[in-house]
Amino acid sequence: MLSEEIKREIEAECGRFKSNRSACIEAMQIVRRHRGWISDESISDLADLLEMTAEELDGVATFYNHLFRKLVGRHVILVCDSVTCWIMGYEQLMDHLKTSLGVEFGQTTADGRFTVLPIQCLGACDQAPAVMIDDELYGHLDPAKLDQILARHA
Amino acid sequence: MKRPLTNNIRPREAPLSLKEYEKAGGYQAVRKALGTMTPQEVVAVVKESKLRGRGGAGFPTGMKWEAMPSADEVPGTRYFITNADEMEPATFKDRLLMDGDPHQLIEGMIISAYATQADVAFIFLRREYTLAKKRLSKAIAEAYDSNYLGENILGSGYNLQLILHLSAGRYICGEGSALLNSLEGKRAIPRDKTPRPTHVGLWGRPTTTNNVETICNIPHIVNNGAEWFKALSLTECSGTKIYGASGKVRNPGAWELPMGTTIREILEEHAGGMRAGLKFRGVMPGGASTEFLLEQHLDVQMDFDSVQKAGSRLGTGTMVVLDDQTCPVGMVHNLEQFFARESCGWCTPCRDGLPWTAAILKAIEDGKGQPEDLDRLKLHTKLLGMGRTFCALAPGAMEPLQSALVLFREDFDRHIREKRCPWRS
Repeated sequence: MLSEEIKREIEAECGRFKSNRSACIEAMQIVRRHRGWISDESISDLADLLEMTAEELDGVATFYNHLFRKLVGRHVILVCDSVTCWIMGYEQLMDHLKTSLGVEFGQTTADGRFTVLPIQCLGACDQAPAVMIDDELYGHLDPAKLDQILARHA
Repeated sequence: MKRPLTNNIRPREAPLSLKEYEKAGGYQAVRKALGTMTPQEVVAVVKESKLRGRGGAGFPTGMKWEAMPSADEVPGTRYFITNADEMEPATFKDRLLMDGDPHQLIEGMIISAYATQADVAFIFLRREYTLAKKRLSKAIAEAYDSNYLGENILGSGYNLQLILHLSAGRYICGEGSALLNSLEGKRAIPRDKTPRPTHVGLWGRPTTTNNVETICNIPHIVNNGAEWFKALSLTECSGTKIYGASGKVRNPGAWELPMGTTIREILEEHAGGMRAGLKFRGVMPGGASTEFLLEQHLDVQMDFDSVQKAGSRLGTGTMVVLDDQTCPVGMVHNLEQFFARESCGWCTPCRDGLPWTAAILKAIEDGKGQPEDLDRLKLHTKLLGMGRTFCALAPGAMEPLQSALVLFREDFDRHIREKRCPWRS
């Protein structure tokens, strides 16, 4: 069930677009903001609200890397793996995350604390290597600095 | 040196509020355009200025605007879109402009929308630009409060609604027609090239899309005129340009400089040269979809025509530097892996060809390459080239590869001969 609050936010977005279905990406982002991810149940509830079939909506959802169709951890670490961060050593950061958190790209730690995902160039090449954790950008990283930042995320 | 685009930008400080922006001369161009010029006159001065698109393709902005049908020809809703989906690897110039001076973009959008007679404008912003989102949202609200947006702007009779759309990811959204599908709430698959979006664009309506940096130039052109704008440049390609450099240079960053500044000046004076102990080997002048240039090209002037003459493209003008302790094969593998992942999957050469390309490069990098792999890669650069695919993603992906196969041929051969990457122990 979508909460009244989520419905209200989605209806406000629908008003700005040509049709309800045009607002479907906004609608799914709203659900993600409230719930962290978009479950099968949310997809079918949203589809009813937006006058689409669940299959149509899922077809859109699976295209976009920020519309999570799987449960994610409390914090999502987006590791930039594009060319400048590659030159500046993102692979060392990733190797460090693999050992310290025990996860590969696309996985969530056993305690549900972190999900680690690759991300396209974050546009922070002057601060490479860079990662984004829960919408916050961190640059000029090395394993030690990354550990300090992760420690602040319970 | 004149730096109109970054004049108001104060590093590590909040951007100018609307009041401060007005005090610095801001929104004068909106008053001038809406108060004293017809839309056609705005198009004419932009055309005369020879401004070319800063998103990578370099198409003349005035010509793009002129291609819009007149409001008499096609009455009804028309759209103006800012492409703020900056995601080209190694590119971080639009972020600087949006974080640093959001009102400049909004002012540019109002004038551009007026010139193309649009009544609804969108900013298509990538989701990861969270600071830009915050600052643009605030600036848009201020602009509505002061009637620079909304109904009957400053009593001119012109109405404009501006909507900030936060994208949900994927590189392909930056492709002009894929962006339209995404705004319509669909999978971001590029559209057929005809009919042009100027006639059948967003929701089938006339639509113009421009890049952030392009639009930020508009208020300055309206205020100061076409001749002033041309004089900012050192070459025939007018204006200033936000150049950038990243990789193992001493001082990576982005700087507004006259169009036509040489690669050498950007790398040596602004980026501070290579880090201690490293040598320059090559540079991609304008993002991940541009061909490598070498030391002998350092005196090439960074403008559309000169870089093309040297065998590459200006692209986004933000360059990434290859040093002598970084493996060129590994670098190209990283690029192709990126493009393979970002392919939308719509057309076969791109969907299937890019993963093959990346897999061959990975094998070479891992010491499992065969001599005939180089011919296979070369064949891919043809099969995935311009004219073979639905959009420019795969042809763009082939640009660094085809140049690396020629310029760094010995490095590829050595990987195959020694069955290892010489840069990895």
